[in-house]
Amino acid sequence: MPGPEPIAEPTRDVLVQVRGLRTVLGRKTIFDGIELDIPRGKVTAVMGPSGCGKTTLLRHLTGQRAADAGSIRIDGAEVTRLSRQALFDLRERIGYLFQNSALLTDYDVFENVAFPLRQHLKLPEEIVRNIVLTKLEAVGLRGAAGLMPAELSGGMMRRVALARAIIRDPMLILYDEPFVGLDPIALNQVLRLIRTLNDTLGVTSVLVAHEFSAVARVADLVYLLAGGKIVAHGPPQQLREDPSPWTRQFFGGEADGPVPFQYPARDYATDLGFAQVAR
Amino acid sequence: MSTPRPWAGIGDALARVGAHGLFLLQILAALPASLRHYRETVRQIWFTGAMSLVIIMTCGLFVGMVLGLQLYYVLSIFGGTAALGTVVSLSLYRELGPVVTALLFAGRAGTSITAEIGLMRATDQLAAMEMMAVDPLAYVAAPRFIAGVVAMPLLACVFNALGIFGAHLVGVSWLGLDNGTFWSNMTSSVDVWKDVVNGVWKSVVFGAVVALIAVFQGYTTAPTSEGVAYATTRTVVFSSIVVLAVDFVMTAFLM
Amino acid sequence: MAQRRSYQIGSGLFILLGFAALAYLATQTTSIANFSQGPSYLLKARFTNVGQLKLRAPVKIAGVRIGSVESIEVDPQRLDAKVTLSVDRRFRDIPDDSSAAIFTSGLLGDQYIGIQPGGSPDMFKDGDEFVLTQSSMQLEDLIGKFLVNGSPASKPAANDEPAAQAQPASPPKKS
Repeated sequence: MPGPEPIAEPTRDVLVQVRGLRTVLGRKTIFDGIELDIPRGKVTAVMGPSGCGKTTLLRHLTGQRAADAGSIRIDGAEVTRLSRQALFDLRERIGYLFQNSALLTDYDVFENVAFPLRQHLKLPEEIVRNIVLTKLEAVGLRGAAGLMPAELSGGMMRRVALARAIIRDPMLILYDEPFVGLDPIALNQVLRLIRTLNDTLGVTSVLVAHEFSAVARVADLVYLLAGGKIVAHGPPQQLREDPSPWTRQFFGGEADGPVPFQYPARDYATDLGFAQVAR
Repeated sequence: MSTPRPWAGIGDALARVGAHGLFLLQILAALPASLRHYRETVRQIWFTGAMSLVIIMTCGLFVGMVLGLQLYYVLSIFGGTAALGTVVSLSLYRELGPVVTALLFAGRAGTSITAEIGLMRATDQLAAMEMMAVDPLAYVAAPRFIAGVVAMPLLACVFNALGIFGAHLVGVSWLGLDNGTFWSNMTSSVDVWKDVVNGVWKSVVFGAVVALIAVFQGYTTAPTSEGVAYATTRTVVFSSIVVLAVDFVMTAFLM
Repeated sequence: MAQRRSYQIGSGLFILLGFAALAYLATQTTSIANFSQGPSYLLKARFTNVGQLKLRAPVKIAGVRIGSVESIEVDPQRLDAKVTLSVDRRFRDIPDDSSAAIFTSGLLGDQYIGIQPGGSPDMFKDGDEFVLTQSSMQLEDLIGKFLVNGSPASKPAANDEPAAQAQPASPPKKS
């Protein structure tokens, strides 16, 4: 099982390449030398326990947060050094699905999906309408075009957000926790969408999640993030049988292990005051 | 517990003023880009301006009527009730119109701007715009700022007009003051530039102050429901204080 | 889209209403309302003290407004105030021996110029000057006089203008 360091040399097949990424938040080190290669046209999942910085990683990829050190290349462009305008140009080619969907509450479903089109392209209304309805049809919500976000369920909101993320036919779609808070039916719908969008549109998908059972059904490649490092990576089947303690704990769902149950603390006895009595 | 040091509070206040100033610069820098979103600006003028009309008109009418009653009483002591129109209009144009409108505007439009932007922050809508390569400063902040600057003076003028109407109602229709006296005294002592236009300038500045504070508080709110609640309160408190302070400074320099 | 359109119309109406209110305030409640629309002609008058007289203060005959104060300036040689009055053309027949005085409307009101018509057969022409003027009545002077038993001699020397007395001004000068 390869460790975090030796990863394939950059090739034309790698869309996103992360090298030596370091991030310190306050006194806590979130990332301590992350190395990632995200292959073109595949579904790649980044998994890890809650609070390990999965969302932060996506924010680094899109330049919403600056990293303390390291390099991030997307399609040849060094994200960490792009100007604001260049970053905006890059983002026009990236779809981003927020954990809470982040639909604009002022607009109905149609206008939400049409928003990126209207902001960046001057298209005739007829064409806008066609594109939006096509994408809404793809997520199965063409009939909901006139509803307001407040009238949608969580799963529907996520599908609308997905339609919005793919409206400009991006080269890369980033999914931030796409499975959280979905009932089994909505979960299956989202899983199927991720897979079909990836295969039919030929995009590259990166998803960040912690539900291994769901991820295993859709991902081609899984990176396991823990303690600020990539502790394992490979296809899901391979990781399931991986003997390392990290993978065993994470995929076995054990409460204690390399990821400690206890938050770092002073000695228990000292905290309770017994140490003084013992003196 | 560390002992509170007096200069720590001064430092906080300075930092706060500085943050608002920098944010104003950011908004001004985003103004050219926001011209593309003029529709959004129009929508915000509707929300901040037109939707505040009812409260502004009602309050203007009552303030005018109260002024009419109170000043009639005071002036009748000196036998000067003929000056009622003059006194009411001058106090409205120079002071009460801009200030009361600004305070009402902070309560009505300012809070809704803060709450709206705060919720957009809390629900990642601002981040989503960033991700769709739309600058939220140009799309969200600047249109609301412009709307405040445009709507405030217009609201103040409506407030003043209703105030005069209210004073006329009380003074002339109820208390029996002569209609001609009311108007001729007013017209002979109110000056367009010194009174009306200076009042409009005041309200332009107040509009900018209230809109800036409201947008800033919403934009920098902690992304929780509690954070939004605090930010809304702060909008009212800060804008009231700053409006009254700026009012003093402007009165000292303009009049 | 229909939604957007209604916002635009609403905002337009709001802006229109605001400007209408501003126009109303500016034209109907201020001294602009007193500007005579028709053509006017100018008269001059000299006063030793104009008191609180302001630009655009009304000029009245028998209490009725016929014009306004156009300018107030100090004559550098004679050190008195030269006031130019703009009078409506309709009131052309003012005898040239009429007198101009500065009055106060009410106890606390603003000051205006009142014209007392004379009996001369000749009328004022554009640019003529009043022979007889009466300066502003200074409240302080009046009070001072009462305080010292009405003796004008014991007033402070700084302001020795007998307030309520018509005084001959310079000979009429045609310009």
